Amino acid sequence: MTAMVKAEGVHKSYGAAHILKGIDLEVAPGEVFCLIGPSGSGKSTFLRCINHLEKVNAGRLYVDGELVGYRQKGDRLYELKDGEVALKRRDIGMVFQRFNLFPHMTAVENVMEAPVQVKRETRAVARERALKLLDRVGLADRAGHYPSQLSGGQQQRVAIARALAMEPKLMLFDEPTSALDPELVGDVLDVMRDLAESGMTMVVVTHEMGFAREVGDSLVFMDGGVVVESGNPRDVLTNPQHDRTKAFLSKVL
Amino acid sequence: MTTDIEKKGPEDAVPPAGPEAIKAIPVRHYGRYVSAVVAIAAFAAIVYAFAQGQINWDAIPDYFFDDRIVEGVGQTLLLTVLSMAIGIVGGILLAVMRLSRNPVTSSIAWFYIWFFRGTPVLVQLFVWFNLGLVFEYINLGPVYKDEWSDFMTPFLTALLGLGLNEAAYMAEICRAGLLAVDEGQTEAAHALGMSHSKTLRRIVIPQAMRVIVPPTGNEVINMLKTTSLVAAVQYYELLRNAQDIGQTSGAPVEMLFLAATWYLIMTSILSVGQYYLERYYARGSSRSLPATPWQKVKTHLLSFSSRQGGNA
Repeated sequence: MTAMVKAEGVHKSYGAAHILKGIDLEVAPGEVFCLIGPSGSGKSTFLRCINHLEKVNAGRLYVDGELVGYRQKGDRLYELKDGEVALKRRDIGMVFQRFNLFPHMTAVENVMEAPVQVKRETRAVARERALKLLDRVGLADRAGHYPSQLSGGQQQRVAIARALAMEPKLMLFDEPTSALDPELVGDVLDVMRDLAESGMTMVVVTHEMGFAREVGDSLVFMDGGVVVESGNPRDVLTNPQHDRTKAFLSKVL
Repeated sequence: MTTDIEKKGPEDAVPPAGPEAIKAIPVRHYGRYVSAVVAIAAFAAIVYAFAQGQINWDAIPDYFFDDRIVEGVGQTLLLTVLSMAIGIVGGILLAVMRLSRNPVTSSIAWFYIWFFRGTPVLVQLFVWFNLGLVFEYINLGPVYKDEWSDFMTPFLTALLGLGLNEAAYMAEICRAGLLAVDEGQTEAAHALGMSHSKTLRRIVIPQAMRVIVPPTGNEVINMLKTTSLVAAVQYYELLRNAQDIGQTSGAPVEMLFLAATWYLIMTSILSVGQYYLERYYARGSSRSLPATPWQKVKTHLLSFSSRQGGNA
């Protein structure tokens, strides 16, 4: 089986700042893959490389067997055109720390936007499915609300519904609960747990160790732009092998 | 309505279980009384001076709907609309050029804005008007060929002069609007598979409009008044026609008042339009939309009548 995400020696730097220093990892289809680590460790940057919001400087990154952002002919790489990159992004949903809902559209319009504009679905079809998705994340009664009229947790659940509307095969979560009030975190995690049970492949950058332990299939601890330790979340979290991992976990657990 | 409230009686106005409302003697602002009296006196003096002056007020209503004045108003409006259209289209184009990653287009846009904002619009109008001294003919190959003076009519001079100048100002307004939209919006749209142009059209520009519309409304009002400058390049709009009538009818000052009144009427109407446009683009940005003036009047009337009902 082809890995859903495969990274081989991925490097990324902004000018002199070397953020990713050779990341190797594999995410199997249907897996919930958690990335943890201190801030500045490069885990969000790596996530953004997966859907080519950031360009990789060295190494190879594959999604579902296809190279991200480039086409390989012989041993030459050709950069993909904007349209081709956009086409690939359709299959990868992304949920942001700060929700990034479109503030000038209601919840249901947010969810409908991409299917109508990108997939050319009719408004009626897209609307019906958007309402179903909002129902799935528990917000059927908030369809007509603007993001400013929703709580953070509700906004994040709309954002998940918006990403699911494109029927992606892979979902990326960039610290989805970090900007939420503690009491609202649970609702979002419930939706993510439900999504994991439905068999969605998920790469989750998170500080929610409880979620990683219960729902995660694999876990990677990153620090200083490298993978320090990886394995089964329950093993890594309860019995870390490296000193860096131990030090980090002793602070957050 | 009033009877309905009277039936409830005044006791209902204050909830019986609530704490006792504070009754205190308000602070007296003597300074405010004094300044109000001074301001009224100054205003009255000015009104009196004008009433005393030898102004033939009757000439204003006589000429208010004169054919030449109405024609002038039409020309002023036409020029305002067309120059703003050039300004807005050019401004968006320049703003996108200025923000593009291509260094050539962004420098050209920078240069354009630098030049057209840095020189007075009246000078620009004169330059367009006198460009015939530099170019004898206009020659667009097989498409069009004519003498410059026939090609560059006063109307085209006015339109180019005002429109191209406006584009420079609109470019800065549009640029500020585009930059005001959070970068996360572009990222979210891209992550959903939307193209650059679609992201710009569906996500960024509608949000930028909230920042762009208010200053653009000011620009329209400014443009309406700036059109009076084109009288200097032989274009007959409101001011020029009013001055002509003033010269022949022997009431020059009166005709200037007449023109001023027309300008005031037009700018007032534009301000109302601007209010509703801003309200439209504010949707989603605040929890509830601001009331329209009509709604405000209605609530004031209602609260007034209920207050009266409560006292009765």
